Amino acid sequence: MADASVTTVEGAVEHHAHEHHGPQGILKYIWSTDHKIIAMQYLFTGLFMGLVGGLMAYVFRMQLAFPGISVPGFGVVSPHEYNALVTNHGSIMIFWVAMPVLIAAFGNFLIPLMVGADDMVFPKINRLSYQVFFVSAVLILASLFVEGGGFGGAWTAYPPLSAQGDYNLSSLGATLWLIAVALEFIAFLLGGINFITTMMNSRAPGMKAYDIPLVCWMIVIASILFMLSVGPLIAGAIMLLFDQTIGTGFFDPARGGDPILWQHLFWFFGHPEVYVVLLPALGITIDIVATFSRKKVFGYKIMLYTVVATGVLSFFVWAHHQFIAGIDPRMANVFMVTTLLISVPIAELCFVVIATLYGGSITLNTPMLWALAFMAEFLLGGVTGIFLGATGADIYLHDTYFVLAHFHYTFFPIAIIGTFAALTYWFPKMFGRMMNDTLGKIHFWGTIIPFNFIFIPLFVLGLGGQHRRIYDFQNFPELAAMQPFRVFATMSLIVMLLFQLVFFYNFIQSLRKGPKAERNPWKANTLEWTTESPPPHGNWPPDQLPRVYRGPYEYAHPDREEDYWPQNLPA
Amino acid sequence: MGLVALQGCSGDSYPQSAMHPSSDFATRLDDLFDQIFWWAVGVFVVVEAVLIYVIVRFRERPGGPRPQEIHGHVLMEIGWTLAPALILVAIAIPTIQTIFVVDRPPTDENALVVEAIGRQWWWEFRYPELGIVTANEAHIPVGRTIDLRLRSADVLHSFWVPKLGGKRDLVPGRENQLWFTADSAGVYWGQCAEYCGTAHAWMGMRVIADEPADFEAWVASEGADAVALTQPAERAGQAVFMSNACVSCHRIQGTAAVGVFGPDLTHFGSRLTLGAGVLENTEANLIRWIDSTQHVKPGNLMPEVQLSDQQVAQLAAYLRALR
Ligand code: HEC
Ligand code: HEM
Ligand SMILES: [Cu+2]
Ligand SMILES: [Cu+2]
Repeated sequence: MADASVTTVEGAVEHHAHEHHGPQGILKYIWSTDHKIIAMQYLFTGLFMGLVGGLMAYVFRMQLAFPGISVPGFGVVSPHEYNALVTNHGSIMIFWVAMPVLIAAFGNFLIPLMVGADDMVFPKINRLSYQVFFVSAVLILASLFVEGGGFGGAWTAYPPLSAQGDYNLSSLGATLWLIAVALEFIAFLLGGINFITTMMNSRAPGMKAYDIPLVCWMIVIASILFMLSVGPLIAGAIMLLFDQTIGTGFFDPARGGDPILWQHLFWFFGHPEVYVVLLPALGITIDIVATFSRKKVFGYKIMLYTVVATGVLSFFVWAHHQFIAGIDPRMANVFMVTTLLISVPIAELCFVVIATLYGGSITLNTPMLWALAFMAEFLLGGVTGIFLGATGADIYLHDTYFVLAHFHYTFFPIAIIGTFAALTYWFPKMFGRMMNDTLGKIHFWGTIIPFNFIFIPLFVLGLGGQHRRIYDFQNFPELAAMQPFRVFATMSLIVMLLFQLVFFYNFIQSLRKGPKAERNPWKANTLEWTTESPPPHGNWPPDQLPRVYRGPYEYAHPDREEDYWPQNLPA
Repeated sequence: MGLVALQGCSGDSYPQSAMHPSSDFATRLDDLFDQIFWWAVGVFVVVEAVLIYVIVRFRERPGGPRPQEIHGHVLMEIGWTLAPALILVAIAIPTIQTIFVVDRPPTDENALVVEAIGRQWWWEFRYPELGIVTANEAHIPVGRTIDLRLRSADVLHSFWVPKLGGKRDLVPGRENQLWFTADSAGVYWGQCAEYCGTAHAWMGMRVIADEPADFEAWVASEGADAVALTQPAERAGQAVFMSNACVSCHRIQGTAAVGVFGPDLTHFGSRLTLGAGVLENTEANLIRWIDSTQHVKPGNLMPEVQLSDQQVAQLAAYLRALR
């Protein structure tokens, strides 16, 4: 990585697979290798899956608030259906929403544009990546409708429950789920190759390592983390598949296996995975914050190295998910210390954002509101994480709604707030039109306020002893008494889902009738704003690929009249 | 708002909550929680306040000053790295102390060994020193340390009685250990806290802490066969039980029923609940259970045996007489 700072090899951008006469007509959108089209494919698939995941949450939240009713649009929820819904909601939100949208959609769209390349280095691998991903999405949806219903073994798929049909009662569903997840991993391995090589090798002349916008760095570091962590789990998934289908016993103690092994493989991947989705959202936030506070990012290098440190540390915390599985107290303490340690860089990142805002000139438009909300809400997720990292407290809190609320306070800002921030910010570039800011703000408040109203009651329920993956609390008299909290959370969810219609309307209307976007509507510095909106095939006319003269965040530079200084303007 | 709600939850109306611990183990956790709580609240309020202040203070104003780059300030940077680090040390020290206490084996020589075995979706309790096997309700003596041995017969489960102790997982192929000493008599709620399949929601249990004398009495009766049957209906019920599938899954000490697939029913009549804490143990509920168990606890592993209403009533009379 070190010598990447000096290479800006034009020759490395081979023009293979980049003929300007690719498939025509509708096929252009299906069979294209253009990184922007692939980004759109990922984006719309991800948004669709987000809708599915959100509606699943609606169904099971209705069941929790009004146990036993026939949920409008779904019907009565049986325990097995409930478990399958929760399992697939979790899996879909993380693997088919957060990853495709934040990493694949924005990674694909932004990296070539931001580093001034005409496409990815390996466009065909890129297309393959989406195709594999698409198959995995079809499989996970199909798994819900097969005989026996969807997989109901929780998104963590702990064996022996997940390993045997007679334990989880959904053998075919479980197998399809596992294959879908494994394919999804493969799709992202294929995608990751491109992000890393493109950023390393295809940069515009003059662009040094520290001139790369942070969002690109974040996506690339996330891809590296993903590649390093997922290997063992793919192996684990294959072992589990064998346990399910051909009767091996890798995770079955009766046949010499060990169920705890899976937990190690899963969380060795699972914890870095949190950072895999966090980093892109963080990068998006920082780019937006810099643009709309008209300030240089405070401590670009601190930020970068902090992120690398966090990434490395994230490989050494996994066993905090097993504090109660009966691990040796000495080991528990080691993992507790690393877990607490990892909050130091996270705190650091938070201060960097605050310092960037400090002294700026802050415009509170829709993208900026989303970016700031990301920080404000993620903070609560971070702080509540301290309770769980502190092993002793975790013994009580583990597997309660406190944990659930905690990780939704991290995942929701990442997956939902981060997505809306990026979408509203880059919409003009992606679609060539401006979005309506007033509707954007209505949608913002209509999402953020209910979000807090959903999950704050869940913290309270968790402290009150409400545990996870329970489809009806009426059998626990002591928990049944807290029903008003559940009803309130569910009502808030319905309000939030209804406000998504505002976004949908705004999106469609802006696509059709929004004012035409100029090249650089936000007066930002990075390279994507120097080409047309939307960028043509090849991004820039072949003889006009940009050249870079400075870093990405030169806002309000004292030597310059204008308050921004695009990266490609000669000094 | 959150705080007010928290206060509300710690009240007696929520017996599930660990905020009112009743054992040495749970008290340790509660103390630790309280310490961390105030640190976390402090950090949250301060950082959030600064964030909001900065956003409001530096909003764009027409003719406002042009943003100035603030350069890295060494002291500030050291400060904000050190501050969280120090707070974390403050949290880590009591945590490490707690861990070494709650994770070590029990120090009490005199501890009573109880084996808890998790099954889809009920609990078996064995007292190897006392020769007792029972299900879903464990009696323990107040003031004596309980040395729990946790095992699983199928998938992962987790033992959790919030006011006494846990969670600790039950892992097939291993034995985990957990100890606690109840400090007052009473019936404590608990349930499985690790997702274990369809009926995980109904895998409850009771731990009943008795004064030592009451515990001795319980041991004496629980170790013996059930009391003799007196009513004809009860004897009729016994005959139904022995001539149907029941006998192959349930054990009733002193009879031909020696099944081990389902809970031991030797003293079923003296249990407070049935179906792993799902229903109160009343005659009407027991009839419902035998009649339509899949309705009462969907997915559970007891089949619905075809019987006449009269046979079901007789069975209920018999089982409730097993004291
Ligand atoms: C296939 C084995 C099987 C058969 C046959 C069977 N049971 Fe059960 N029984 C179980 C299992 C397993 C449970 C535990 C269910 C649970 O709580 O998840 C159970 C639970 C019970 C309980 C509740 C025990 C408690 O303490 O909670 C009663 C009472 C009972 N069975 C009575 C009967 C009667 C009466 C019959 C005959 C009509 C019968 N069982 C037939 C397996 C069986
Ligand atoms: C749209 C708003 C959302 C609501 C109302 C919601 C609600 C819930 C609830 C109530 C559960 C737990 C159900 C139970 O344990 O019985 C749950 C589980 C989960 N959610 Fe969400 N959620 C939302 C969005 C998200 C997002 C955006 C993500 C991640 C990107 C996510 C990831 C998960 C995961 C991983 C689980 C755990 C699944 C399991 O236990 O196997 N959720 N959600
Ligand atoms: Cu983790
Ligand atoms: Cu369980």
